[in-house]
Amino acid sequence: MSEKDLKNNEPQVVEEFEEEKLEQPESDLRQEVAFDDTAVVSREKRHMGMKAKTRAANITIYVILVIMSAVWLVPFIFIVLQSFRCESTYLTGYVIPKQWGFDNYARLFTETKFPRWFLNTFIISVVAAVIQLIMVLCMSYTLSRLRFKGRKALMNAMLILGMFPGMLTMIVLYRILADAGMTQGNSIAGLILVYVASSGMGYYVSKGFFDTIPKSLDEAARVDGANRAQVLYKIILPLSKPIVIYTLLTAFMGPWGDYVFASYVAFNVSDGYNVAVGLQWLISTPSNIAANYTIFCAGGVIVAIPITLLFMFLQKYYVEGVTGGAVKG
Amino acid sequence: MGQSNNATLESKEERLQKDLAYLKLTKFKKILFKTKKFFRGILPWLRNLLFAILNFFKKVGLGIAHECVNIVQTFIHGDWKTKVSYVIMGFGNLARGQWGRGVLFLALEVIFIIYMIFWGGNWLSQMGTLGTQGPEKIYDPIYDTYTTIYHDNSFKILLYSVLTLFFIVAVVYTWRVNIKQNQIAEAIIKSGKPLRSTKGDLHSLIDDQFHKTLLALPTIGILIFTVLPIIFMILIAFTNYSGKNNGYSNNLFTWVGWDNFNTLLNWNSGNKAYSAAFGEILAWTLIWAFFATFSNYFLGMLVAIMINKKGIKLKKVWRTILVLTIAIPQFISLLYVSKMFADNGIINGWIVRCGGEAIGWFSSDPNLARTMVIVINIWIGIPYLMLIATGILMNIPEDLYESAKIDGANVWQQYTKITLPYMLFITGPYLLTSFIGNMNNFNVIFLLTGGAPVNTAASSAAGNAGYTDLLVTWLFKITTGTDALYYMASVIGILVFVVVAFISIIVYNFMPSNKNEEDYQ
Repeated sequence: MSEKDLKNNEPQVVEEFEEEKLEQPESDLRQEVAFDDTAVVSREKRHMGMKAKTRAANITIYVILVIMSAVWLVPFIFIVLQSFRCESTYLTGYVIPKQWGFDNYARLFTETKFPRWFLNTFIISVVAAVIQLIMVLCMSYTLSRLRFKGRKALMNAMLILGMFPGMLTMIVLYRILADAGMTQGNSIAGLILVYVASSGMGYYVSKGFFDTIPKSLDEAARVDGANRAQVLYKIILPLSKPIVIYTLLTAFMGPWGDYVFASYVAFNVSDGYNVAVGLQWLISTPSNIAANYTIFCAGGVIVAIPITLLFMFLQKYYVEGVTGGAVKG
Repeated sequence: MGQSNNATLESKEERLQKDLAYLKLTKFKKILFKTKKFFRGILPWLRNLLFAILNFFKKVGLGIAHECVNIVQTFIHGDWKTKVSYVIMGFGNLARGQWGRGVLFLALEVIFIIYMIFWGGNWLSQMGTLGTQGPEKIYDPIYDTYTTIYHDNSFKILLYSVLTLFFIVAVVYTWRVNIKQNQIAEAIIKSGKPLRSTKGDLHSLIDDQFHKTLLALPTIGILIFTVLPIIFMILIAFTNYSGKNNGYSNNLFTWVGWDNFNTLLNWNSGNKAYSAAFGEILAWTLIWAFFATFSNYFLGMLVAIMINKKGIKLKKVWRTILVLTIAIPQFISLLYVSKMFADNGIINGWIVRCGGEAIGWFSSDPNLARTMVIVINIWIGIPYLMLIATGILMNIPEDLYESAKIDGANVWQQYTKITLPYMLFITGPYLLTSFIGNMNNFNVIFLLTGGAPVNTAASSAAGNAGYTDLLVTWLFKITTGTDALYYMASVIGILVFVVVAFISIIVYNFMPSNKNEEDYQ
């Protein structure tokens, strides 16, 4: 059949078909429609198969995601539930309290030194975050934008220093801080120093950020007569909001959840504990667990709430920093 | 550059032939070819590494020699102001009117001389012995008590000796700078230009010398809180400083040479407890770091791909649920999960109620405990990796996948040929740092298991290391235990550094993404 024939035929077929439809009784019409369906199937079926396949895949993914979300959230839901348990304080094999109440929270604030620990942690985290921000910005801005003799050597030296386990330095730092009276009960100043002093070494993420700001901006400002310090605080800093917030957030979260340095500096004197060391101590021995397990849960909830709220508002910046940091290494 | 270009041009034809020959090989032979190539590459690579190290020392040596020659030449050719500056630092600056710099140089010299006469010399002279007279207990007949009289303190002697050495190096460097400045000043005066005034010096600190201003605080912090302690601890590895010999309240400590390394690595027989424990813990540390890094990496990527898939709704919700778990401090989730799996915890509670028998997740079987630690670490790590992978996956151009689909590639092929190479290329450095981070992952191990279950073989060495202990947690236990063998801890710390540096050098050299950092600007 030639093309012309086909074209000429088409309208005729349709006309014939329509005429037939009109003439035929209902039952036959149904048959006709059914028949028509199978005719198209060969093309449609593949399409439908694909669709079914992707739908199946999507459903599987949804199931996995729901299970995952549950696995990720359930421990946190459990900890909240157990913090409201009043009938017993020890570790039990069930989750849902038989008797609800705020007893554990009340006891946390009256019977343990939690208020002191919380205050310690809060002061340390806030001060450390601010100083660390300054340190990191100084270091990363310099390494990213300024070229000077010894720059590469400095970066290599920091890379090598970073390969030593940080805990190694604590042995001697503890003695130095102890001589200066900044350990145990007075751990706040000592811990701030420990967190902050070497924080310039964590410049990688923000250097990666500064690297992405076009250098032509600096040059334009320099041509206009700005000195390097003016370039920093008039041109670069206003553009650096995301990295400033990211650095502050991580610098705050670090001390907030740090265990190892805090336990080293406080060294078994409960007045100097931060929340991590304090809460760990609450459940450190079997007898402590029996007496304090639900109190620990309450403490965990209280410690997690501020940081979670903060995180929810600043999540965008955190995500940017984390992804950017990994890409630029 | 030009040479290598020529070389590639010449052998282009040859290479094409080789590539064709390679493509004709069977899959098995291809793998064989690649492994052979890899092993053949190791020897030249090691040779290059050796050359690089030698070159580095050569460069340093030549640099120092060059400086010395320059110092002598400056003395010979310099005027009298310069010559006096060799003895009195800053004299040249003062004589030429740069009083700001001159005063600083002079002040440093005066402080240095006073320090060395009254304190520094004393500390350095004791560095060889680390003190000779320990604390004494003297009976006081009037009150019938013992009072302790403290004499030498080994810890302080060592610490201040190191500080003094730091100071000496700094002063020698400043002395060199002082001479260089005289040389430069003479050249400037000869050319007829005016010298920069003190005001100009100060102004330069916020302009062309701005890096000095910015770096001052961070580098001083790093010097005091990282470099000094590390050098000190390296020295401690060669002493017998411990809880029993702390050189303060009891016996002095002293130099013992390589004895501690000997004990730990056991290269001359003797006590095998340490070397056995060290070998086992190192092996587990590496296994742990490998599984912890790559399980998180691939599963995190998988989760990111699932959430990113077209047609999946509520992307934001899934992501937020995972990201929120990052916000909750790790110590809380780790401690809580460790108690969930405790012998009388929730999980065992459920098992018992269902008629099963309680399982000692962390307390009985070493392999079970180790697997559990890795699995729980996946729970901790996936949200981070999901975030990172999402950011990178979104950067992969969509048309790559489209054209792959048209060519008939299935999902798996798309993954192995497009997604995975791209991810690996970009996250190469991240994988390395996270491997090292996991080797030193104190929190997960210590808060989850505390090193349990007990390893009877390893615990005969100090620190009571268990089956899940990493080198760092072992180090922590050694220093906080009753014996407090600080010298052992620092030996372990040094060895951790050696292992980490070794792995880094190898991986870094085989990594495809040794990018030029200026590319981004």
